[in-house]
Amino acid sequence: MSDYNFAYLDEETKRMIRRAILKGVAIPGYQVPFASREMPMPYGWGTGGVQVTAACLTPEDVLKVIDQGADDTTNAVSIRKFFQLTAGVEVTEATAGASLIQTRHRIPEAALTEGQIVVFQVPIPEPLRFLEPRETETRKMHELEEYGLMHVKLYEDIARHGQIATAYAYPVKVEGRYVMDPSPIPKFDNPKLDGSPALMLFGAGREQRIYALPPYTKVVSLDFEDHPFEPSKADHDCDLCGASDTYLDEVIVDDQGGRMFVCSDTDHCRCRREAGHVGRLGVAA
Amino acid sequence: MTPLLQVRGIEKRYGARIGCTGVSFDLYPGEVMGIVGESGSGKSTLLSCLAGHLAPDQGQVIFDTRAKGPVDTVTMAEPERRMLARTDWAFVHQNPRDGLRMGVSAGGNVGERLMAVGARNYGQIRSSAEDWLGRVEIAADRIDDRPAAFSGGMQQRLQIARNLVTGPRLVFMDEPTGGLDVSVQARLLDLLRGLVRRLGLSAVIVTHDLAVVRLLADRLMVMKGGLVVETGLTDQVLDDPQHAYTQLLVSSVLQV
Repeated sequence: MSDYNFAYLDEETKRMIRRAILKGVAIPGYQVPFASREMPMPYGWGTGGVQVTAACLTPEDVLKVIDQGADDTTNAVSIRKFFQLTAGVEVTEATAGASLIQTRHRIPEAALTEGQIVVFQVPIPEPLRFLEPRETETRKMHELEEYGLMHVKLYEDIARHGQIATAYAYPVKVEGRYVMDPSPIPKFDNPKLDGSPALMLFGAGREQRIYALPPYTKVVSLDFEDHPFEPSKADHDCDLCGASDTYLDEVIVDDQGGRMFVCSDTDHCRCRREAGHVGRLGVAA
Repeated sequence: MTPLLQVRGIEKRYGARIGCTGVSFDLYPGEVMGIVGESGSGKSTLLSCLAGHLAPDQGQVIFDTRAKGPVDTVTMAEPERRMLARTDWAFVHQNPRDGLRMGVSAGGNVGERLMAVGARNYGQIRSSAEDWLGRVEIAADRIDDRPAAFSGGMQQRLQIARNLVTGPRLVFMDEPTGGLDVSVQARLLDLLRGLVRRLGLSAVIVTHDLAVVRLLADRLMVMKGGLVVETGLTDQVLDDPQHAYTQLLVSSVLQV
């Protein structure tokens, strides 16, 4: 453990990242460029989130890492081990017990509280990228608040699918100013961004951008007057804990087309089962 | 009557070479100005300067805005100029691929300018897109097709619809019929003439095709080597050219 500086990155780098974070917090939704470092894991595995986490960690922190809501998937396990090794901080699977949560593609079901930090891993921070490939142009569009193009994407969705089919990375407008990509979280989680008491930080390692939502920021999902935003989820209850208000994963269980729906947030599901809730296929804990 | 556009001494240099220099003219509401000249005569440079795509080195482009009256668009703040470009101005590129979003359906292309100025009702956006596709003679059932599936002539008509949907007052056209075969050209010209006359648009049309200006333009400017060598009413310039270059230009049109 003593072979690494605390949380892997050197102090100068952490300072640089903290400055980017502070700027991001000062201008909610604005993408702050930062000098992303090579990390000992491939791009796409959360190098941006890991750097933000490293810059925010203190030895007193309790870290939780989730991937698609689960604490036990590859990405979550490897990042958790990485910080156990390089920072020696305490880790947990309980959302309420964590002071810093690094997440990929989900926001925990349990309500977040003041003082918690949520770090998101972001593959492509620019919400306008697939419509406008030029970085110079998208920067100008952010600068001048020219966001008509974002609605062209939603228009295309409705024209092709009859509804806004964007199910994840659903664009939001922050404090009535910047349009932001909330990272590939399902749009079911978008309402949790609005007015959240926790600090939300977004890190994109390959694209070298950091942006942030300070606590209690107003976040509005974009939509049309006649096609309002709807957070969506699979139309089932969790088969293990019976929850009807959580985001679900569909799991194929055999070759005969058998399937079950389970909470994607494993910690939330476990807590519910321990509290005595039982779903269709679950067994009492 | 205030001119819609007053151009005063526009000059653009590329290093030591002249793009265009000393260009001045007035354009009144409802008037169509043609700019002709050979390749490299500076007509496209001039058009880019007028439309704000290039910053001229000298001169003024004074546009009669709805809110504030005549304003020099060269020195105006960029957000205002880009707002003008989305609302009161339109720019039709020679190659429709430059002016369209090829990955977005025809309806989305037409609706983009509406959404850019704040339209947030899907039904209304879609019905005005349908309306405009009809006006440029594109069948309503092609509304969800991408421009890549359209023929060259249809792409050009779609580009025109996309530009006119916000009801601009001034249209810049850079060789609107270039690259189209003659029968398609004729239909497009017919359509353009109808739209320009019916909507009372003002337009600046850059072309090397004298037939285009004969049909569309009220007045004509002939450019050579970055300079305007002759101006006048279209029929006057074409029927009785004074400058040697204009005479050459008029006499080199192929007669069938």
